[in-house]
Amino acid sequence: MVERAQPVSPLPGIGAAALVAALILGTLAAVALRAEAGGGFGPADWAALRFTLTQAILSALFSIGLAVPVARALARRRFPGRRALIALLGAPFILPVIVAIIGLLQVFGRAGWISDILGYFGFAPIRIYGLHGVVLAHVFFNLPLATRLILQGWQEIPAERFRLAAQLGCNGMAMFRLIELPMLKRILPGVLAVIFAICLTSFAVALTLGGGPRATTIELAIYQAFTYDFDLGRAALLSALQLALTAAAALAALRFSRGDGFGNGLDRPIRRWDGGAPIADALWIIAAAAFLLLPLASVVISGFAGLFETPALVFRAALTSVMVAAASTVILLLLALPMATAVATGRYGIVELSGILGLAASPLVIGTGLFILVRPVANPTALALPVTALVNAVMALPFALRILVPAARDVVSRHGRLALSLDMANMTFFVRILLPRMRAQIGFAAGLAAALSMGDLGVIALFADAQIATLPLQIYRLMGAYQMQAAAGGALLLLLLSMSAFWILDRGGRWHAEA
Amino acid sequence: MLKLSDCVIENGNFTLHADLGIEPGASVAIIGPSGAGKSTLLESIAGFRPLARGQIHWQGTEITDLPPGKRPLAMLFQDGNLFPHLTAEQNIALGVRPNGQLSPDEQGEVQTALARVSLAGMGTRKPAELSGGQQSRVALARVLVQRRQVLLLDEPFAALGPALKTEMLDLVAELIEGTGTTLLMISHDPQDARRITDQTILVAEGQAHSPVETAELLDNPPPSLRNYLG
Repeated sequence: MVERAQPVSPLPGIGAAALVAALILGTLAAVALRAEAGGGFGPADWAALRFTLTQAILSALFSIGLAVPVARALARRRFPGRRALIALLGAPFILPVIVAIIGLLQVFGRAGWISDILGYFGFAPIRIYGLHGVVLAHVFFNLPLATRLILQGWQEIPAERFRLAAQLGCNGMAMFRLIELPMLKRILPGVLAVIFAICLTSFAVALTLGGGPRATTIELAIYQAFTYDFDLGRAALLSALQLALTAAAALAALRFSRGDGFGNGLDRPIRRWDGGAPIADALWIIAAAAFLLLPLASVVISGFAGLFETPALVFRAALTSVMVAAASTVILLLLALPMATAVATGRYGIVELSGILGLAASPLVIGTGLFILVRPVANPTALALPVTALVNAVMALPFALRILVPAARDVVSRHGRLALSLDMANMTFFVRILLPRMRAQIGFAAGLAAALSMGDLGVIALFADAQIATLPLQIYRLMGAYQMQAAAGGALLLLLLSMSAFWILDRGGRWHAEA
Repeated sequence: MLKLSDCVIENGNFTLHADLGIEPGASVAIIGPSGAGKSTLLESIAGFRPLARGQIHWQGTEITDLPPGKRPLAMLFQDGNLFPHLTAEQNIALGVRPNGQLSPDEQGEVQTALARVSLAGMGTRKPAELSGGQQSRVALARVLVQRRQVLLLDEPFAALGPALKTEMLDLVAELIEGTGTTLLMISHDPQDARRITDQTILVAEGQAHSPVETAELLDNPPPSLRNYLG
């Protein structure tokens, strides 16, 4: 059968997808060619591999183990602030890692609140650096994600099942085995795989809380091979290892997981007829909220004090970050909008595939590849900011496509026929129909991209010299110089910038939008 | 003449044959049991559904492979005839020029069309601020400025309620009066077919029959139509 006519051409999207694929695959090829297989892996490299796997497994297990009771409590309790709390669970996705690290240090660190309390009773302070610090930070970021994903599973259980179980007199364990356990068995492998994959590529957490021979991830080892030894061959070899690891984990995550973390309707409590354990539920909810809110509150409080002592170079770095985030957002939209359009007009699975390639490659791997490619023709340091904006955009692409593609499909199927019958040109349809109809989703995707780029501490660390810094990198340098006051001030500034960039763009998309 | 020569339209397992001609300027109802393929036939004529076999000609020119917008016809769908984020004027302007960028003269044309459907002064409203009947009027005003030789109606007024539907069909008849426009409309109501059209195409049992006098067909329906009419 002849392909149905479409109101808009998929060609720009196919072009954008080809560019993304060329960038990712090109950098990967550069890494593969440069990798010095002859050197082989030394004991330090094996230790990095072991640590990467150990921390990712522990982080995923802890996140899920804690998320199940929290999600269960949230699913069956109604209380004031429930919606706000569930919305808050989405926040860590756009929270700059370095901000969370500072908050966690202030609460759990050697000189933190908890150590102070322990010291009051004569106990030794907590040691946060090393494996448990890395796992703690990963749980901080992924417990909310796991809770949202599992909560979604709970919400998808049809209300009739609970009604039937109540009628049969099922309670407690019986109810759990009959209804909830099958759901968890279905959902948990996917959640586990997603969090494991996320933790594998962790760089900023390992950079700040790990380090040393016993707590170095592969990403961190790539960075060290670069900055300490300037051993490109070894960096490339480690990148190849990291690539195999992330690609396998990303495939597993895609295979096991279905929905996304942005699901709507999570604020609807389930009506059920068994009492459950109200006190235990309340404790779980309070503990989870405190675990998320205390570090953030601590950053805000200490940041206010530090903001006035913040050196001018922090503000210069903030300006740099805003520009990088703006450029990254523009690049993302230039790639994602044509790609979403192409996917919406037909079976362009290849476009979608190139969109998720970014999940398989980590920022440091792409950064290493770009460095190898750029160095013969230009000074990589001079390109630090454009490269950061570009890599950030490619990393945000999978998320942006998840948001944009369903909306684009909807617009094309709803309005495509009318546009065709009016003989509307491709460009007119794109500009006058598609973009205005997708405003809300474009705003949301742009907000995510801007916030992710603003808070990113990854590829910039590879390329930057002492003269250039984005705000996250500047904060990291201040921490390294033990200027904790100034770092806290910078962290508050970064938190405000990230959140307001997201808020403005997301709001802008929905402002005066027609139903 | 709109001529369908030995056309075969496939839609899943369902096949529709059509070999018929429609005189220019005629008003033709398409009638038949639901699921018989009335919409499928219109979609093929409009170019939204490719033919498995056969050709379509308009006034001797083949239009079989033309994209929908290049055919000499305008179509109103069951729903989604207006873009919800554009004002009534902007929606109508797309009928004059598909990019919506109009000269002052063409703007005047839009205002005239608005007045002809009794919506003068409401041009800056968006579809959500108009009633169902008013939205239909905006769509008709756009059809008017499109100046196409053939108008296809796929039951665009079905959701309006009987009185309003009758009013809209009368407005259609009034608007195309004397313009020589060929009208093809799907109808579920024999009364509508009698009032608006002079000929009727019966679509039943995988076949779109040649048009016959509406009154004659409805007075002496063949068995397949008799079952449907009840």
